[in-house]
Amino acid sequence: MSELSDNAKKVIEDHLGRYPSKQAVTLPALHIVQEEKGCVSRKAIKEIADMLELSPAQINDTLSFYGFFRTEEDPLGKKRVWICRSLPCMLRGGEELLAELCERWGIQPGQTTPDGQVTLELAECLGACDGAPCMLVDDELSLCVTADDVERMVRG
Amino acid sequence: MSNEEFKPILLGRVGQPNSHTLSTYKADGGYQALAKALSMKNTEVIDLVKASGLRGRGGAGFPTGLKWTFLPKDVTGPIYLCVNGDESEPGTFNNRVLIEEDPHQVLEGIVISSFATRTTTAYFYLRYEYGRCYRVLKDAIDEMYDNNLLGKNILGSGYDLDVHLHRGACAYICGEETGLIESLEGKRAWPRIKPPFPAIEGAFRRPTVVNNVETLACIPHILNKGADWFMSMGIPKDPNNARDAGSYGPKLYCISGHVNKPGLVELPMGISARDLIDKHGGGVWKGRKAKAVVPGGISMGFMSEKELDTPLDFAGPGRVGCLGLGTAAVIVIDDHTSMIDVLYNACRFFAHESCGQCTPCREGTAWSTKILERIRQGHGKLSDIDVLLEISSSIGTIPGTTICGLADGAAWPMKTAINKFRPEFEEYIKSGRKSESKSLVGAH
Repeated sequence: MSELSDNAKKVIEDHLGRYPSKQAVTLPALHIVQEEKGCVSRKAIKEIADMLELSPAQINDTLSFYGFFRTEEDPLGKKRVWICRSLPCMLRGGEELLAELCERWGIQPGQTTPDGQVTLELAECLGACDGAPCMLVDDELSLCVTADDVERMVRG
Repeated sequence: MSNEEFKPILLGRVGQPNSHTLSTYKADGGYQALAKALSMKNTEVIDLVKASGLRGRGGAGFPTGLKWTFLPKDVTGPIYLCVNGDESEPGTFNNRVLIEEDPHQVLEGIVISSFATRTTTAYFYLRYEYGRCYRVLKDAIDEMYDNNLLGKNILGSGYDLDVHLHRGACAYICGEETGLIESLEGKRAWPRIKPPFPAIEGAFRRPTVVNNVETLACIPHILNKGADWFMSMGIPKDPNNARDAGSYGPKLYCISGHVNKPGLVELPMGISARDLIDKHGGGVWKGRKAKAVVPGGISMGFMSEKELDTPLDFAGPGRVGCLGLGTAAVIVIDDHTSMIDVLYNACRFFAHESCGQCTPCREGTAWSTKILERIRQGHGKLSDIDVLLEISSSIGTIPGTTICGLADGAAWPMKTAINKFRPEFEEYIKSGRKSESKSLVGAH
């Protein structure tokens, strides 16, 4: 059975016409697969490579560079929460917020809660320094958050 | 024009109801600049932008019109425009506001700039974290296709353009223009050795222009109101310095850190950091004083309190030892904050974001972070200070040891923190104190 869903294949194919090279569809393809499955499995890498006429090693080379994509050994929880720790957020409690969430959830940055609900990540500048400390849930920014806000938003 | 009388230009529509839609943008005079541009020769548009003195807002301040002229004249085949929406410099969020609140202003700038540079495909590289921007832009681009503002024969001019959104994957290095191009091509975002510059050989080995979002947002206004109008704002070029290209036009200043009112402010180029903090940022919070201020994103380094009267134009921060204006993202650090913790945070950022391609950057950023961590644990040595300074003068394009400027950005916080706050570092190391900051040690 194919690892990529019909929808994923279609989206990948739709992207091919936008670029003069098939390789340029690597990031869009990795995004669509991870969005659907919470990780990019080895089988998915192979299938993306086949669609883009690349070797799986080329896909993996790009995938592993970004630190954004997860393998099947380390899939994402239902929600992915990024807490910013860069200077503007640090100055307004970003590091304390991250430490507090680690303590409450009993996990370290990069890990997922045992119930599979939330993956906690540390982020470098999220571009919302006017609302420090800020966080990103999946790809939506929230500004001026406290640990209680985070709990309410992702586990409430 | 005084700053008090200044009415926002780029942020003029921000906060209005439905400011992100095509109908309100058109009702406010949107896309008239495009119609005007399409009635001109593309070279006339380039000349106008050149005459305006517009310099890139992404950090390096390179003159935009001049950049466009580097494209080969007699080229056949595609030319690409890459929009740099990978805004990731700590302290910087102006592109986010521009895109979320007024996407058509940016997109009109993209179409005009594409026309000027004879581009028929533009790629909008957007950092992944800006999910809302992505959805706003997607809708705005759809509206444009439906209204003959993109696609074939735009507004009956015979000019064709497609704009494609391309999402990044959380890597600061993709903001470096050749890192962006490599990432767009589906590879790891390793910056390229230059030359060839992108104008000669960029995306997909074709001539390419890479422009920042705020830069592009200025373009429709220059078309509408002219080069003289643009040059009526800001700081004129220094007649005694042939290399100074002046600092013209409006600028978005991001204010963050220890102020009462963090936010985004638009002003003519050249306000002092002190006025920006006191008059527009609500002053330093909790009745405290500023100890240090980042003038334009963390990679520019630090100004001390007594340097705060420095004008924030392209030339100002350099006169007090900073790398430059950068993204004009001002981060205020109050006098209760340890510069050791601040510098550690900056070094850790660059160690995390170094792409690993050049050894001096990869090792220099990692070791400076480790040394500062040791100092924070109370195990520092006085000689560490000079080791940090030695690292900072050995990494980057200025000493000539790396391919891109990320390492220069890592070096300047080190140089300026130590040179301007050395007694604090010495006292801290001698005391053997442990940092009270809650930073997670060893977190990846």
